[in-house]
Amino acid sequence: MSTVNTTNSGGGPRGDRQPKADPRGTGPVVTIDDLAISFATDAGAVRAVDGVSLTVNRGEVLAIVGESGSGKSVTAKSILGLLPETATTSGAIVLSNRAGTATNDVVTLSQGQLRAVRGSDVSMVFQEPSTALNPVFTVGWQIAEGLRAHSGQRLSKAEAKREAIEILRKVGIPDPETRVDHYPHQFSGGQKQRVVIAAALVLNPGLIVADEPTTALDVTVQAEILELLRRLRDEFGTAIVLITHNMGVVADLADRVVVMYQGKVVEEADAATLFADPQADYTKRLLAAVPRIGQGRVRTEERARQRALRTDEHTAAGTNEETVVEASHLTIEYPGRFGRKGFRAVNDVSFRIGAGEVLGLVGESGSGKTTIGRAIGGLTRISGGSLKVLGFEMLDFSERRFKPLRADIGFVFQDPAASFNPLLTIADAVAEPLIIHGRAANPAGARKRVDELLEAVQLPKSYGDRFPHELSGGQRQRASLARGLALEPKLLIADEPTSALDVSVQAKVLELFAELQLELGFAALFISHDLAVIDVLADRIAVLYHGALVEEGTGAEVLDHPKNAYTKRLLASLPVPDPVQQAERRRLLAALESAPTSGEPASMG
Amino acid sequence: MTTETTETAGSAPATPPARPSLLSRLPVLKQLRQSVGLQRGMLVTGLSLTAIFILVAAFAPLIAPYGFAQLRDASGPFGAQQPPSAAHIMGTTVGGYDVFSRVIWGAQTAILVIVIAVVFSIIAGILLGVVSGYLGGWLDRVLVVIGDAIYAFPSLLLAIVLSIVISGGQSSLWGGIFAAALSITVVFIPQYYRVIRAETIRIKAEPFVESAKMLGASTPRIMFRHVLRNATRTLPIIFTLNASEALLTLAGLGFLGFGIEPTAAAEWGYDLNKALSDVTSGIWWTALYPGLAIVLAVLGITLVGESMNDLADPRLRGRKRVKAVAGAPSATSVDTTLPSDVEIREENA
Repeated sequence: MSTVNTTNSGGGPRGDRQPKADPRGTGPVVTIDDLAISFATDAGAVRAVDGVSLTVNRGEVLAIVGESGSGKSVTAKSILGLLPETATTSGAIVLSNRAGTATNDVVTLSQGQLRAVRGSDVSMVFQEPSTALNPVFTVGWQIAEGLRAHSGQRLSKAEAKREAIEILRKVGIPDPETRVDHYPHQFSGGQKQRVVIAAALVLNPGLIVADEPTTALDVTVQAEILELLRRLRDEFGTAIVLITHNMGVVADLADRVVVMYQGKVVEEADAATLFADPQADYTKRLLAAVPRIGQGRVRTEERARQRALRTDEHTAAGTNEETVVEASHLTIEYPGRFGRKGFRAVNDVSFRIGAGEVLGLVGESGSGKTTIGRAIGGLTRISGGSLKVLGFEMLDFSERRFKPLRADIGFVFQDPAASFNPLLTIADAVAEPLIIHGRAANPAGARKRVDELLEAVQLPKSYGDRFPHELSGGQRQRASLARGLALEPKLLIADEPTSALDVSVQAKVLELFAELQLELGFAALFISHDLAVIDVLADRIAVLYHGALVEEGTGAEVLDHPKNAYTKRLLASLPVPDPVQQAERRRLLAALESAPTSGEPASMG
Repeated sequence: MTTETTETAGSAPATPPARPSLLSRLPVLKQLRQSVGLQRGMLVTGLSLTAIFILVAAFAPLIAPYGFAQLRDASGPFGAQQPPSAAHIMGTTVGGYDVFSRVIWGAQTAILVIVIAVVFSIIAGILLGVVSGYLGGWLDRVLVVIGDAIYAFPSLLLAIVLSIVISGGQSSLWGGIFAAALSITVVFIPQYYRVIRAETIRIKAEPFVESAKMLGASTPRIMFRHVLRNATRTLPIIFTLNASEALLTLAGLGFLGFGIEPTAAAEWGYDLNKALSDVTSGIWWTALYPGLAIVLAVLGITLVGESMNDLADPRLRGRKRVKAVAGAPSATSVDTTLPSDVEIREENA
């Protein structure tokens, strides 16, 4: 830390920086007073932030939570003066340097002064580490970029590299002497985020603004990055403004929490107080909407009981219970480039989905869960083993013979915004499956059924005349569900249907999904990276890791008594929205990490 | 409010979130409403020039005092290279035509050629682009190579060769116009083809196309219902930019002597060619006016195209500044008192 400061002493906006000041300093590091920000858009002015006042003290983690459109990101970005030209700001943002010797009002600073403040007094960690780093430069060069920008005299290459190595070591990149010369693509996602954090830290700012720093990361990697951020606070005394929509992350890391809604602060409290005793209505609703493990247990058990009854009837009647999907030793490979080996996305996976059963497929990015979903839908060819979908063997797939079966398979895509043709109205889009499979001649003829479907997913009939962009995310996903269910399929494949939604909307969509499943009795493959979401709906849970199925069982079996080491780690990494419980889980995870287990997957972080 | 909004309002108490009227959703008018400042100035200038160009072409028979091939009137021959006078406000050419009349009639020829050339190349380019982009494979490769080969030729040279092939030496009004238009078409098809193909390849990977595949939609249905309409969004911009290029190519052809005979139609490029020798002998009016006509027409169309291009991109589009505390906060999802939620509950009750 001290080395960082001495090299930078000539640079910075104020040369009188005191390198050995108490890291905790005195007074707040930033004070926001009555901040209001409006944006000029095509539809007129939109108010993003409306009279927000807050302070961030030295060495504290302040979480700003809220849903999309609440103004949390805009507030945070305004601390760095990073708003686009279309924004108009009023109020004051008084930012102090690390030593507490000088303060600036960011709102009134010129571009040149802002540049001097950015990086040295406050810096930023972005959401998507793979786009925040420039792919054509080494990470060492990118980290030193901040040093170069702020050093008045020329910084020698060797010196810059030494600094970069030092800071990489501090953020926990192993073997930094070699890694400093590597390019971003040679790092994993979690390591890239560490590099981004290193670049933010290199000038030792008093404040780091972290905008959804773990949203793009897998849950096990997220735990590691949160640990690193905690270390920044404890060892470096850096204050952190954490923007997130994930209440689990807040519970894990935050000292104080500010809840924002429609551009206003609705509640501000200690993390412990907020979770234990939320005051504002909005906060209560927000916390209630967070899915928790064990929440759907009652419902799934009830469903399992009914199915068992049905199976008994079947056995009594001498018929077998219908199997909707059966995979045995399923292998899916993506062909490699010429002369290179292909990539095996799914490796020797066996599972079965019975009629009316919901199988939850959970795994991190790259685990092959989406590939399995696409293979069942006939969008990806399988390369080995056997996959029977409604009795059709996908190994010798032909679109012509599979087409009639498509009527029995519904699909709900991850991003509701992109899965609708922007030029068709919702009614036309929902009518598509009916027209394609000959149940209706044209959209007008299908309208009656479409209206029924829209009602079933709790959308007003009149919404059929709207275009997709005129609906909110949750409404679009409901319309997507209506389209998936239009032909009353026997099987519904839902690929991360709620991951693009806000938490409260997610709760409503999940509830709707569960209701419809109960009512219509379709079998479903529910794909998600979030164990808590899977647990709300799934009768059985299958855990995928690097293309292999590591564990399968009912929610109670997998989540309460996980057998596989990976499942255990996945479960322990999932942050819960309760600071006390989360601290406990953190210790558990640490114990799990340090315990040498054979077959334990290597850490990705 | 348009018919569309009133229809929905009739069937439900809820009106959709302010859908702009049909008039303001038309390509050019929408941009005109969006624009501010310098961008608006450019667009308005371009639109006025283009409007004048079109009006002149449409009313050429009323505006022009003489026919384009008229050499004499009741009082006898016009005479060659006469300076501007009351009878001939822009003078006469070396061949004895009235310059003003030929400039006016020339607008008509220019518009016909532009429209025919651009319409043909759009239709062919879009069809080839969608089919080749969506199906891919060997067809795609062959078409791309052909497109590249056409690009490799100097476009004017290609147009000359084609105009010889198509017209075969004849030069009737429509023969000449079609020869010029089709030779321009061939040069432009690869442009549309490339744009549409690139868009198609991008859209092919969009989830809504996958969703259609999942539903079992046939390939032609996906191509024409889902891909085609989404791929044509950038066309108005290329259309305007190409229109000005078509005009220049036509003028170039005429200037080089491959255009339309003066007795068949008036053509600015041809007149410029004939005015070449006049310039050195101090006769300025025969070259100035056709040249000015070309410049203004091209400038007008280009300004429209360029400013539409800027306005279509939200990052390049200028906006009025707003006051600090202005506008309503945008709706967030959790609030159950959100208007849409109230609607839903009322409707379902």
